[in-house]
Amino acid sequence: MFVLVVGGGKVGYYLTRELSASGHEVVLMEKDRGRANQIADEIGSIVVAKDGCEGSSLADAGANRADVVAAVTGDDEDNLVICQMAKHHFAVPKTIARVNNPKNEPLFKHLGVDELISPTRMILGSIEQDIPVHELLHLAPLSHEFELVEAQLTADSPAVGRTLLQLQLPDGCSVVAVVRDEVAQSVGPDTIFMVGDKVIATGRAECEPALHGMLIGTIPDA
Amino acid sequence: MKVVIIGCGRVGGLLAGSLDASGHDVVIMDLLTRAFDRLPATFGGEAVRGDGSDEDALRRAGADGADVFLALTEGDNRNIMAAQLAREALGIGMVYAKINDPMRAEAYAELGIGTICRTTLIADVLRGAMGLPEGNEPSVRPGAQHDHEPIRAGATAGRGED
Repeated sequence: MFVLVVGGGKVGYYLTRELSASGHEVVLMEKDRGRANQIADEIGSIVVAKDGCEGSSLADAGANRADVVAAVTGDDEDNLVICQMAKHHFAVPKTIARVNNPKNEPLFKHLGVDELISPTRMILGSIEQDIPVHELLHLAPLSHEFELVEAQLTADSPAVGRTLLQLQLPDGCSVVAVVRDEVAQSVGPDTIFMVGDKVIATGRAECEPALHGMLIGTIPDA
Repeated sequence: MKVVIIGCGRVGGLLAGSLDASGHDVVIMDLLTRAFDRLPATFGGEAVRGDGSDEDALRRAGADGADVFLALTEGDNRNIMAAQLAREALGIGMVYAKINDPMRAEAYAELGIGTICRTTLIADVLRGAMGLPEGNEPSVRPGAQHDHEPIRAGATAGRGED
């Protein structure tokens, strides 16, 4: 596979090295000439010292035959433009963007970036998992529209003592599993929820308030 | 007409002043307060310090409901992202981004935002002054109608509460 990596920071550097080591064809674009030379000294002449946001530079780096373009600079606006240029000008099948501001995720998805990687959201998710607050925890984004969430049921939860069938989940979301006494169990329509259950559910972002209401008890302020 | 301008540089500052003077409702944003020194003393619009490529900052500055959005900062990509936010998230009808890379300007005009390319604009003006025909690339391209759905308001707001 031919992968074009744009942005020679830490992420781009290690990504290029790993991909190259596993036998893929890789080109790394880094606009800072000094940094580009430094990387080239270490990993060889697969570094192009040009701005990956510039159409003609992308063409020079071989964007028109790339299978994947990974935009991993530290600037969201650059990563967006790199992916959009790759997609629309060079018909690259798969574009991946690093997103620093989690609020940019809907825009990037909407504008056609294939995969989003958000370090901020990942770290946030990891911290949320350690905090015993009665909120929906975001475990992981699934495809573009779905999120995997977890709720720990307290005595206040409307779900306690009811079956999955009685809950009448909104369209577009479903309960995947229940973790009870540290054992994951599959969930059927007759499963009765109990205090202390960790309920793993998946759904579209807009279902979250409804899920929150059913599993946690209160609907978050809009 | 309500006009939001991102980037209080020479062009942004001049335009904000003249639009305000002719009675339009102007909001101008820049990352640096110092940039607002370019505005005329008589400027009666709003000058807001903030990042025009940040959706929350745009809303705080009152960009919702604007008729026209002009992204005129020094960064092509910042302009592109701000313009697309204005169009897709805020639903502003007329959106222009200053894009100095001609190839990027062409690509984004195809994607729907209006683009102004200073590079080809100046070249064309100079060719005209020399009595030569303009180059092949238009320097100003109006935005096209877009054929995809706007971002779901619910999804955006939901994310905001995360």
